[in-house]
Amino acid sequence: MKYSAFSLVRNAFSHNRNWQTAWRKPEPRRKYDAIIVGGGGHGLATAYYLAKEHGLRNVAVLEKGWIGGGNTGRNTTIVRSNYLWTEASLVYEKSLKLWEGLSQDLNYNVMFSQRGVYNIGHNLQDMRDIERRVSANRLNGIDAEVVSAADIKKAIPAINTSPDARYPILGASLQRRAGVARHDAVAWGFARAADELGVDIIEQCEVTAVNRDNGKVTGVETTRGTINADKIGVVVAGDASVLAAMAGLRLPVESHPLQAFVSEPLKPVLDTVVMSGAVHGYISQSDKGELVIGAGIDAYTGYGQRGSFPIIQHTMEAIIELFPIFSRVRMLRLWGGIVDICPDACPIISKTSIDGLYFNCGWGTGGFKATPGSGWVFAHTIARDEPHELNAPFALDRFVTGALIDEHGAAAVAH
Amino acid sequence: MLLIKCPWCGERAETEFSYGGEAGIVRPAEPDALSDAEWADYLFNRTNPRGAHKELWNHAQGCRRWFGVERDTVSYRIAATYELSSGNTESGSQGP
Repeated sequence: MKYSAFSLVRNAFSHNRNWQTAWRKPEPRRKYDAIIVGGGGHGLATAYYLAKEHGLRNVAVLEKGWIGGGNTGRNTTIVRSNYLWTEASLVYEKSLKLWEGLSQDLNYNVMFSQRGVYNIGHNLQDMRDIERRVSANRLNGIDAEVVSAADIKKAIPAINTSPDARYPILGASLQRRAGVARHDAVAWGFARAADELGVDIIEQCEVTAVNRDNGKVTGVETTRGTINADKIGVVVAGDASVLAAMAGLRLPVESHPLQAFVSEPLKPVLDTVVMSGAVHGYISQSDKGELVIGAGIDAYTGYGQRGSFPIIQHTMEAIIELFPIFSRVRMLRLWGGIVDICPDACPIISKTSIDGLYFNCGWGTGGFKATPGSGWVFAHTIARDEPHELNAPFALDRFVTGALIDEHGAAAVAH
Repeated sequence: MLLIKCPWCGERAETEFSYGGEAGIVRPAEPDALSDAEWADYLFNRTNPRGAHKELWNHAQGCRRWFGVERDTVSYRIAATYELSSGNTESGSQGP
């Protein structure tokens, strides 16, 4: 059923009792053309673009929990493409272009709001880095501008631009096309659109082994039985190393908890997104009025989906440094997601040494913004058995050749 | 907040420590003899297990000494901490 004003009216007359479910709950078949392991935003987007762009519709998405229960529902929903290096900025820009038409494309309102993202500079070196990054972005056709402290104060009255601040604000980069989206809606929208194209979304189905024969994948063992396929795409974020070990591979990623917080709802006070690498925090306000706040990862590795208290304290200190007005706001909820960090803070979207096995991982702290673009290039990689030119630089073998893409600290906020 | 038992100073808050990553990774004696793939495996690849993990910590705000910790990466429970000088340096990466 297509969502429209007409369908709203029609269902209102039947007391909203006849809405169909957004996606089916199929029993797994014994064989598919392709299996996507991981029903997060990236996995669902991959399945959607496999069906839509490459005509591969006999596809299953296997999710060990429920749709929207992992990192897709555990982030601060910021979407931007102002990365420093050409390889990275082009893949994020592809994603941003897809975001701009996504609600129409999926027939599902993902509430993408291009309210702009400010990346604040607090010292002369920050400002030099900002000038450099803005110039690099513009050379790659990505909108970016440098704004002064006065411009920031005018746009964001609540921010503290006093020169007496411990970390004074000297200026910022601004990407006006950047913004936020509703994270749950992204998962649900991709799931519904993929399902409509014939993709089987199988929840409560955990992969326990990857079956291989003569260097080729043949399928997976799951908690709901054996499922066969010649092509398997793994996109499981924090659990990437666990899945890799099932296939006898080792990855250059480590998993860390990353926390985010929302406050009690407030009247509108912040209509854009503010990020700071120097004090290390980022903040926006949701449509419900909650402040959505994030910061850094826990230094130690972990799979526990919760973070530590010192990080909570650090995050709040950073936010109050930027916005002293928020010092008495109460936090309502906090949660942790498990992010897989690469040594160069860039993703791996790649074929592997095993035929028919593909990995999409290592997005670290910045995966949400990449959801549509990541799915788009990963679908291409799986369908054609070769990477698209956008994700060719993100091959697993860059750690052997040394062609790393060093976005640590370069990508507008510290990772 | 983790409470970590430094072998020399006793139990202290996690903020006094810095994390040193997976234990038991030994620098190859002859790097020139390795292929690029073997060198990359030493340099970048990590076990990153879900469960028991042997790792290195440094008591950065205390005695500044390195030591080994056996910690569960899901429950974050610390099973043991130990001095590296007692011949335990190589025991880590295979796990218990």
